Amino acid sequence: MIFKDKFVGNMQNPEQDSELNKALKDFRLSVHAWSDAAFSRPRTAIAAVAPKRIWRLAVGCALGCVLVAGGASVGLWQHHQREIELRITQARIAEQQRLAALQAQQDDEDLLAKVDSDVSREVPIAMEPLAQLMAEDETP
Amino acid sequence: MRNTTNAVNLQPVRASTCVMAAATVLERMTMATAEEIAAEEFASVVARHRPQIFRFLLASTRDVDLAETLTQDCFLKAHRNWSSFRGESSALTWLMRIAINLQKDHWRNRRMQFWRHTQNNAVGLDEASEWLPSGERSVEQQLLARERVRQVSKAVQGLSERQRTVFLLRYVEESELSEIALATGLSEGTVKAHLSRAVARVRAALGGKR
Repeated sequence: MIFKDKFVGNMQNPEQDSELNKALKDFRLSVHAWSDAAFSRPRTAIAAVAPKRIWRLAVGCALGCVLVAGGASVGLWQHHQREIELRITQARIAEQQRLAALQAQQDDEDLLAKVDSDVSREVPIAMEPLAQLMAEDETP
Repeated sequence: MRNTTNAVNLQPVRASTCVMAAATVLERMTMATAEEIAAEEFASVVARHRPQIFRFLLASTRDVDLAETLTQDCFLKAHRNWSSFRGESSALTWLMRIAINLQKDHWRNRRMQFWRHTQNNAVGLDEASEWLPSGERSVEQQLLARERVRQVSKAVQGLSERQRTVFLLRYVEESELSEIALATGLSEGTVKAHLSRAVARVRAALGGKR
């Protein structure tokens, strides 16, 4: 027996050494069987696939973020442009209204002035002689 | 006349250049062939000895994942140093030496110190004994054999690192004393002494139970 030949120990008790040899042989057999089973067990290749999947996820997330950020910024920009246009329109309307008001005021003033001048030219009959005198005094 | 001289002088130059180029190509082809042969040799060594290295590391660490990792590291290191392997010992002994050093480095690594205390991944003593082939034994004999394996496992676990290495190489891998000495870097006398102490402890563990 090869295994027994390899035994290195003191031959204290033949019965005990036989027991020891049996135990060592069983130990060797069990380790071999355990190792064979562990060595030939099916293995999943998660590590080989995982990096690709992670990279794809990362790229997808990055693209998604870029798209969302782009969409949001375009929306904000459009909103901002609309607000500016609205403000310009409002300012233009206000200016037009102001000009119209000014024009109306000017028209009123002109009308009043015309009325005043027309009224001032018509001298009442009772005052006609006095007016003539004044006109004569004014002539050199 | 000048042209003729030039023509005459150019011929040997061209011939020597061609010879040098051919030599370079041949050298490259030889190197490529040598590398291919070395790669094939290494592949056959891996196929032949990987189960043994794994078994030794598994028996030492009692942790399948750790044993696999150390086996991978062992062959990676062996691949890097394959050109320096001079065949002074057998390839298995050389690989075993790398595996033993890797195992030592692993336990010495401060970051892994807690493993020594917790050994979460290491299996219990019953695990190894459960793999014992039943053979043609009766149920009672199987139980007795499992109990014996459990006791030996417990005793081996209690050995010092060096004693355990020597013991496993001798009684699991069935290595010769000279091979163990080469693999561990110890003298044969020291190997015998460690082996004797290890066997005495295993004997005591078995004897104490009876």
